[in-house]
Amino acid sequence: MIEMIDGYPKYMRESIKKVEETRQDRVDKLPKPMSMSERKKILNKFHPDFDPKGKRKVRTGPNKGDIVPNEVADLLEAYPSIAPKDIDLSNIDYDVDVLVIGGGMAGTVAALWALKEGIKKDKILITTKLRHGDSNSIKAQGGIQCADREEDSPAMHYLDVIGGGHFANKPELARALVTDAPKILDWHEDLGVMYDRDNGKYLELSGGGTSRFRLHSAKDYTGLEIMRVLRDESINQGIEVIEFASAIELLLDDGGKVAGALLYNMETEEYSIARAKSTILATGGFGRLHIQSYPTTNHYGATADGLVMAYRAGANFVDMDTVQYHPTGAAYPEQIVGQLITEKVRGLGGQPVNKDGKQFVFPLEPRDVEAAAIIRECTERNKGVKSPTGMVGIWLDTPIIEIIHGKGAVKENLHAIYRMYERFDIDVTKDPILVFPTLHYQNGGVEIDVNAATSVAGLFAAGEVEGGVHGKNRLMGNSLLDCNVFGLRAGISAAKHAKKTKLGKLTLQHVEKYTKNLEKNKIKPKMRSPMLLPEYREEDVLARRLRLST
Amino acid sequence: MAETEKITIYAMGKAYKVPAGLTIMSALEYAGYQYIRGCGCRSGYCGGCATIYRREGDYKLYTDLACQTPAEDGMYLVQLPFVPANKSIYDLDKIEPMETTLVEHYPEIVKCVSCNTCTKACPQDLDVMYFIQAAKIGDFKEVAELSFDCIQCGLCAVRCPADIAHYHVAQLARRIYGKFINEKVEQLTKRLNEIEKGVYDKELNKLMKMNKAMLEKAYKKRKIEGTK
Repeated sequence: MIEMIDGYPKYMRESIKKVEETRQDRVDKLPKPMSMSERKKILNKFHPDFDPKGKRKVRTGPNKGDIVPNEVADLLEAYPSIAPKDIDLSNIDYDVDVLVIGGGMAGTVAALWALKEGIKKDKILITTKLRHGDSNSIKAQGGIQCADREEDSPAMHYLDVIGGGHFANKPELARALVTDAPKILDWHEDLGVMYDRDNGKYLELSGGGTSRFRLHSAKDYTGLEIMRVLRDESINQGIEVIEFASAIELLLDDGGKVAGALLYNMETEEYSIARAKSTILATGGFGRLHIQSYPTTNHYGATADGLVMAYRAGANFVDMDTVQYHPTGAAYPEQIVGQLITEKVRGLGGQPVNKDGKQFVFPLEPRDVEAAAIIRECTERNKGVKSPTGMVGIWLDTPIIEIIHGKGAVKENLHAIYRMYERFDIDVTKDPILVFPTLHYQNGGVEIDVNAATSVAGLFAAGEVEGGVHGKNRLMGNSLLDCNVFGLRAGISAAKHAKKTKLGKLTLQHVEKYTKNLEKNKIKPKMRSPMLLPEYREEDVLARRLRLST
Repeated sequence: MAETEKITIYAMGKAYKVPAGLTIMSALEYAGYQYIRGCGCRSGYCGGCATIYRREGDYKLYTDLACQTPAEDGMYLVQLPFVPANKSIYDLDKIEPMETTLVEHYPEIVKCVSCNTCTKACPQDLDVMYFIQAAKIGDFKEVAELSFDCIQCGLCAVRCPADIAHYHVAQLARRIYGKFINEKVEQLTKRLNEIEKGVYDKELNKLMKMNKAMLEKAYKKRKIEGTK
């Protein structure tokens, strides 16, 4: 057995001692932020996105020829899980005006705003693969950006968003994001969301790549606080939610409009037909594909099902070539590897330092740059610390936060992180934590316009599944904002669209067509999609698994 | 390399050997279970993996989250697929916060016998019994603050002898606190009005028209607050 001292093996304590020795001197001293050319250089050399082996051209569909991560290409080139001939489309189980696919934050916001826009509650349906609220949003710790201070402006927020996204963002989407932010916060306040305050003002922090303090938090449970309020409100409003019912294909009508979805009961395995005049895709991202074998911060259901369905229905993607790795995922202890250590730790003054206790990067670079710098420290420079299971990481100095903000600051602002480590006998107010980048966010996705409409009539999208808002890299605090801004816009647009839409006959012909295209492009049937659930069972178990025929 | 140390866990009573050092969640997956229910964020934020367990040789039942708790040798495990606790339905806009508001919506809270089982059951180590006492007298602030880290897993409710749904009571209290007791922040209202009046349109229009080179220049010139 390895000798443990307060949660860390004895050998790691030697490095922790060095972090302690340099701590006081580092309080007021920070490395300079990188110049644009330095950023470019480090990204090219160290960011996983710049490894050509990790991606390939997708060989079929609306974005044929575009570069996407291998794991995404695999799903898009996979064959449909169902045969359209097996599905009886004449028997409609749910007939609604607005169908929301996904019960996370964007979906719940969309449903609430469709209701506000005049759609009756029994004509709105949320369907979700897991439970209502199961999402990446509920685990968003840091906060939500809103430029509301005197010293700040929507224009400054805009410039941060665009620069962070490597100037690839769709300008009109970035503008919608920043200008709707105050409206969203005002709505949240009205619903009773408890944002942190300090003397009658909001307590606002900075995040990576932001030029002003504009991050509004609810301790380090921001996503949870917003999500549970929205869920509570949606229940109060009487909006129907079907849990453990995953959409597995979109339905079209004979005029080519999206007209609902084919639902799959995860427990009884039966299908049902949901017909809808407007359909909102709010299925979240793809972290559970474990791009390039990275661990992920994402929730269990983040398997890109929405991308697959939308693509088969003809929806266009943007910016699917980049993947966000959060700079600081837990690298020790083994049980929590890959779990998110919020950027708020660095927002509060926490510093990344190497095994010698030395700083090597400005703590609040945009996420991709920060992640690349950490990877460089652990690989080329060999200044990382190895965990007993072989995971290499750098230290995130958390005790320094208490020197900067006073005793108790960690528990006050980072209780979730404190609690997470306490379970493993590590006291983050006294000891630093070991971190390494972790797969975090799908930067791109289904292309939308300012009204959250996709390239296919009748289909709207909001939240992580859509793209264009964040360009090639999203900044902290802009995903909760995205879910709300584009959830709101999708809800309103879907309601308006539903009011003037008449549906034709339902069809799954697009799925047949997609299959024919796969064959035409000589893509062999290796796997099926959507994936629905990631596979974590032991190989030995799977190898001996029988599927009995009856 | 030495073979990894194995431990025995009992999934709903059935024994499986799994490597030491896994969470309850990954230990059950290792054993061959694929979750549909009982698994959510896998990081301790969603309350989806509430677990009840007993240790071999012990008569007590313990509760925790499967994704955050290390699996131990001799654990008898079961996860809650769902908690059928009652939630009050209300229109927040029509609520007038009074001392009795929470009792009106959840009258069962007066039946609390202060046994503290809820507090012992809470995987977040919240002072659940205390916030229920505060709820009885309508102290919204106390309930809101003590319950803030609640992940709504429902373990308190399934253990409570008085059938209280603590987590729903707390949700209502927090919403009342957030809406009626937290004061509006002036700067937000001000900014909202400015945006509605189009104060920032000109500047945003200008930025939107810039080409990449111009944007890069403007981006580089930004002064980062908090740096020298």
